[in-house]
Amino acid sequence: MTRNVLIAGLLVLLGVAFWTLTMGYAPDAELNRTAAYYAQNVGREIGAPNVVTAIIITWRGLDTLGEVTVLFLTSSIVALVLAQSKAPKGASGSGFLPSGELLTTGTRMLIPLIALLGAYVLANGHLTPGGGFQGGAILASGVLLALLADPGRRFGHALIARIESVAGLAYVGLGLLGMLIAGGFLDNKVLPLGQFGAMLSAGIIPIISVLIGLKVGSEFASILSSLEETEDA
Amino acid sequence: MAHLALALGFVLILMGLYGALTNRDILRMIVAFTIADTGVNVVLVAVGYMPGRTAPILDAAVPLAEAGARIIDPVPQALVLTAIVIGLGVTALMLAYAYRLFRARGSLDISDFTELKW
Repeated sequence: MTRNVLIAGLLVLLGVAFWTLTMGYAPDAELNRTAAYYAQNVGREIGAPNVVTAIIITWRGLDTLGEVTVLFLTSSIVALVLAQSKAPKGASGSGFLPSGELLTTGTRMLIPLIALLGAYVLANGHLTPGGGFQGGAILASGVLLALLADPGRRFGHALIARIESVAGLAYVGLGLLGMLIAGGFLDNKVLPLGQFGAMLSAGIIPIISVLIGLKVGSEFASILSSLEETEDA
Repeated sequence: MAHLALALGFVLILMGLYGALTNRDILRMIVAFTIADTGVNVVLVAVGYMPGRTAPILDAAVPLAEAGARIIDPVPQALVLTAIVIGLGVTALMLAYAYRLFRARGSLDISDFTELKW
């Protein structure tokens, strides 16, 4: 009883605070100084039509590197926590009925298409709403589909780990290259900016997008397969 | 419009908190936390919205020279992209710990875990 009163009181208080915030909110008419700087200098400094990607990969590139590291830590901790209850080889997924002709054939047909969409989103991150994280999540959704269609399937952890570490090393290496021959760590002028809006433009943004996508995709795949390879799955 | 999106985000946060506080089942609490997480993201995106402007992607419709006057604030969108990915990591961790708790005690009811209760 006291519990429910406390919960209700807390939610009402928060609701009142949120209500005040909503009522007092007026959308800005002008961009604030940071955003205005980003909008005005994106063509000259970055050369990427997608301002969000320009912020994520170049202006705040260090934060993105940190974020990818957080994801790496997450996938390592999930693997560590679940390592103790890992099913013996071949036992995982044995309790399920076979998934049937429709699902198996559909999976075989869909996975190449999912991989193609992922590659497209990755490579066009500087031109369209897309980029490393979105493309990596799409690639991992292909892995999820394969795991759901065949629960007994085992992905090569060595391969996933190798893709992940190569992509991560290349990402940091490109950043260091920026310190040597361009304006600083993760600066995108290592390659020429090219023509604004062209497929191969914006310096190293497309390359870093692909690297982030591979890294995020392999980290998600590692999380999914760790969760799948437990004794009860 | 902006107020509607903002209110939706706040309602989602409240729903998530209510679910996390009232449910006893750990899996339900995890779902409630992801709902609250979505609410935070909706609020952040709504704050970056500006009436009469378009998405922060420059093309034929938004020439480079007019970008400052035509696009909405790109910074909250970059933040939310980060928040979504980190939210996924947090959810994966919660699920992994929930699984270990289930293996250790054979239960997913939070009432069965009393070590940290005061």
